[in-house]
Order: sequence, then structure tokens, then C-alpha cells
Amino acid sequence: MPTIVVEVMPKAELLDPQGKAVAGALARLGKDQFSNVRIGKRFEVTVDGTVDEALLAEVRELAEEIFSNSVIEDVVSVTVLAELA
Amino acid sequence: MRIGVITFPGSLDDRDAQRAVRVSGATPVALWHGDHDLQGVDAVILPGGFSYGDYLRAGAIASHAPIMAEVIDAANRGVPVLGICNGFQMLAEARLVPGAHTRNAHQQFIRRDQKMRVENATTAWTNAFTAGDEIIIPMKNADGRFVADAETVARIEGEGQVTFRYLDVNPNGSLNDIAGVSNERGNVVALMPHPEHAIEPGFGPDTEDAMSSGTDGLRFFESAIATLVSL
Repeated sequence: MPTIVVEVMPKAELLDPQGKAVAGALARLGKDQFSNVRIGKRFEVTVDGTVDEALLAEVRELAEEIFSNSVIEDVVSVTVLAELA
Repeated sequence: MRIGVITFPGSLDDRDAQRAVRVSGATPVALWHGDHDLQGVDAVILPGGFSYGDYLRAGAIASHAPIMAEVIDAANRGVPVLGICNGFQMLAEARLVPGAHTRNAHQQFIRRDQKMRVENATTAWTNAFTAGDEIIIPMKNADGRFVADAETVARIEGEGQVTFRYLDVNPNGSLNDIAGVSNERGNVVALMPHPEHAIEPGFGPDTEDAMSSGTDGLRFFESAIATLVSL
């Protein structure tokens, strides 16, 4: 069954405390080549049936309305996962 | 005077809110998230807790619960609605009040008796206060950092929609020390601290006078009752 992948990230201008904590851990491990870490979310939505443009449009709307909150997050991508043969 | 308190899966302080309503002199009505029915209540409280385990975002799934259709309709008609903590997060997710919440800036869950200033004493839930009153209300949350874009913050500051501001300590990194906000009309008020935990001497927050003596929360509910009496 096809899967649609939605990726959501905290807005760039907002503090991402989770990412900051991980960046701090990396620095403590001596990994000083990494200056920043930001953590977002990935949704995998399994579809019953086939994916067409109308369904993709519906998922894009869901991504904006439910999967993310536009006050604090951006939807960065909505893609169809390639099916394994 | 009947004030409804909605229970969601994961609500924690619904019974406390019902008790606060009763102690303040109104009749609490238990409402259920899965119903499309406010049972004709005069005001509605969305209580604190961790609805749906705070999955997705705190308050996000609850903001799409069946009863929220009736809450949004009632709020738009002018019915007093109070969101406490998780209830604030739900009202923000439902776009009934401005802003949103992220994890506390320091990443810690916080529990403290919090001093706040009442910035607007004209709302449905604050008219028993005087603007500038300093009150102490317990707070306890992990996702309490109020954020909004700069334009929204400037607008709500200008329009008097910042209802409460943290004093002494900003406990979670909220923008402009904002602890609570209202909608434009002032019938929908939402805050992170818990007024229902500050209604009885001996069981409230510590104050300068004595341990557990704080009852500043009572005036929230008395304000709503006064609002309803004046309608």
C-alpha cells in the first residue's frame, strides 16, 4: 500500500530546546564540527488504495491543519514514498 | 448558574475545576469530550492535564474532539470559556486564542507557586480583579512556553489581550512573560497556571502570609459568575 510522508520542522526563528540539548551533547562528545541540531517530525500515512492528485491535496491540507501548527512549525515536504517491489 | 467542565482522555484537573466552581457558588456540570452537547451550561472550562498524552502537540488532538465544535460555536456567541494549562493549549490549537506553546525553554517540567500580574481586569474571567493586582497561582507544565509571531505579540499587547504576565521569574521562556491571554471579545481567557488549585486556605499555594494559604484562584470563577449575572 502506498505511503505518504509528511515532514514538519519547528520554525527556524523559534528556539528548538530539543535540538539545542542534542547539539550540547554532541559538543560534549567533542563533535565540534556540528554547529547546530534541529529536530522535527516525520509522519508516514498509509493509504488504502491509490494516490492521486486529489488525495495528495487532501494530505497537504491535513499537514497544514493537523500535523503541524503554523504558529510554531512549517510543513517542509509532502512526498509519496517509493513502494518496494 | 451552571458551569461545564469538559473531561478529555487524560484530563487531570477536571474534578478540581468542578470543585472550584462549586466553592465559588455555581453548579458544576461534567461534560464529556465525545459528546456534541454542552447541556445548556452558562460557561465552559477546559481543564488541565495531558489529553491524549500530549501526542502530536499538547492540546492538538483534543482541539479536534467532537465537543470542540460546540465550544467554538459557544465561544463565538460570547459564552465565557476558560482554558487552564492543557485547556490553554487546546484553545490555542483551536485558534480561539492567539499563540501556541512549545516545550519549556529549559526542557524541564516545572511546578511552582507562580506570581503573576493581572494585566486586563475587564474579561469574563478577571473582572473581580483590578488591573495591576499581583496574585499567586500554582503552575505545573512541560509545554508552557507561549510563542507567537512578533506581529501577533504586538497586536495582543496593544489590544489588551495579554491577560496575565509572570512576575519575578519567567518560568518557561514565554515571550514577553505572557502567562495568559484572551480573545478579542474577552469572553475566552486562557492561562498556564491553575486557578482551581488556589481556592481554599490550607490547600492553595504558599503566600507571604502563610504556607498553602493562597486563594487568588477563587476570583476567576467569581468573575465568571458576575459576568453571567450581568447578562
